[in-house]
Amino acid sequence: MPETTASLGNAGEPRGEEALIRRIREGEAELFYELIRPYERRVYAATLAILRNEADAEDAAQEAVLKAFKHIRQFRAEARFSTWLIQIAVNEARMRRRKQQAVVMEPMVDQRDEEGQYTPRDFADWREIPSETLERAEVRQKLAEALSSLGQKYREVFILRDMEQLSIEDTAKALGISVPSVKTRLLRARLMLRDLLAPGLGGSWSKTLSFAKGSKPW
Amino acid sequence: MVVQCEEVWREVSNYLDGEVDPGLRAAMEEHFRGCKHCTAVLDGARNVIQLYGDERMMEVPLGYSQRLHRRLEEGMPGRRGNAFGWMMALGFAALMLLSFEVGNVSQSNTLEFRSEQARSRIHIPADLVVVAVSDGKIFHVPGCKFIHDKAKLQTMTAGEALRQGYAPCVRCLREYLSESRGVVPSEAEMARLELEDPE
Repeated sequence: MPETTASLGNAGEPRGEEALIRRIREGEAELFYELIRPYERRVYAATLAILRNEADAEDAAQEAVLKAFKHIRQFRAEARFSTWLIQIAVNEARMRRRKQQAVVMEPMVDQRDEEGQYTPRDFADWREIPSETLERAEVRQKLAEALSSLGQKYREVFILRDMEQLSIEDTAKALGISVPSVKTRLLRARLMLRDLLAPGLGGSWSKTLSFAKGSKPW
Repeated sequence: MVVQCEEVWREVSNYLDGEVDPGLRAAMEEHFRGCKHCTAVLDGARNVIQLYGDERMMEVPLGYSQRLHRRLEEGMPGRRGNAFGWMMALGFAALMLLSFEVGNVSQSNTLEFRSEQARSRIHIPADLVVVAVSDGKIFHVPGCKFIHDKAKLQTMTAGEALRQGYAPCVRCLREYLSESRGVVPSEAEMARLELEDPE
């Protein structure tokens, strides 16, 4: 017999987010820690993608989580909690970035993606950078520098989609852009990073990696 | 179906995400078998995804989780002992008093934002993520308690919402609206609106 009632869990141990949210709304505030624990890192990743400074990103992440708690009653069950939470984090970080830049707001202009196609620059056989090399701080540093050199809109999409593994649809919702825009920006981000890491271009450092001549794992 | 290199570059990201139809996928795979350049592009893009998707690439600062929980604890009502409780009670009483004093203020403030004059005093970042009811007139920050019809919400940027003719919610987007000439409700008025909210 299917265990149709199992998802509700035993008394005192709600298993689903829906149950957790209901209990938090009913006054069990301390359960909010449990609700957000799986997404703490993702909230930080979202704010860091926009603010590019660890201290600012952490502060914005804290504020975003606090706002989520205060507005938990406004969360709609038909949405995904994680997407809603990331939306709050993205907005918090964008607000802070605006204040930091202290710019006078321009008239509302759509930030359209470039229409032209991105043409890869390096066509030499790809020299693989294996995951094992990520143990080395200098490799992580080089990858972080390459990511940091991307434009804001490409970095945001890439971090949410490829680093935090949000779906394309959730990435679009979190950033308030369309699915085709996510795909376009993701393509550019991936190809730009590829060029930046190509040994013949910006990634000449990777030639020195002892792993570089290994077989491809895929 | 035969595909050229340009189309492969355009679709390589979708290919890696499994977002191309079976016909195009088969054509691309055939292309990769005969094109070293495109294979190099594919291998590189896949390597990028693999590397950056590794958990080691997104390290959170040491103690982040503990600090986050501490901040939450500080922000949760009723978690800071009796003194905090008394402060909250006093604050609430003050709000009640203020709301009584402004009780007769008109609620027509939102209408003023539909004028062009008011629009010029809107300073909302164009990339702010907002939601709007598809056949409504106002847009909000997600989660705003003044959203009346939550059934048909659309997510978009503030720039897009303004372009489509939506006006900003004076409650959740207040900080971006000019406070000159009494267009934006006062704090006391906001408190009154909040107290009237059915939730």
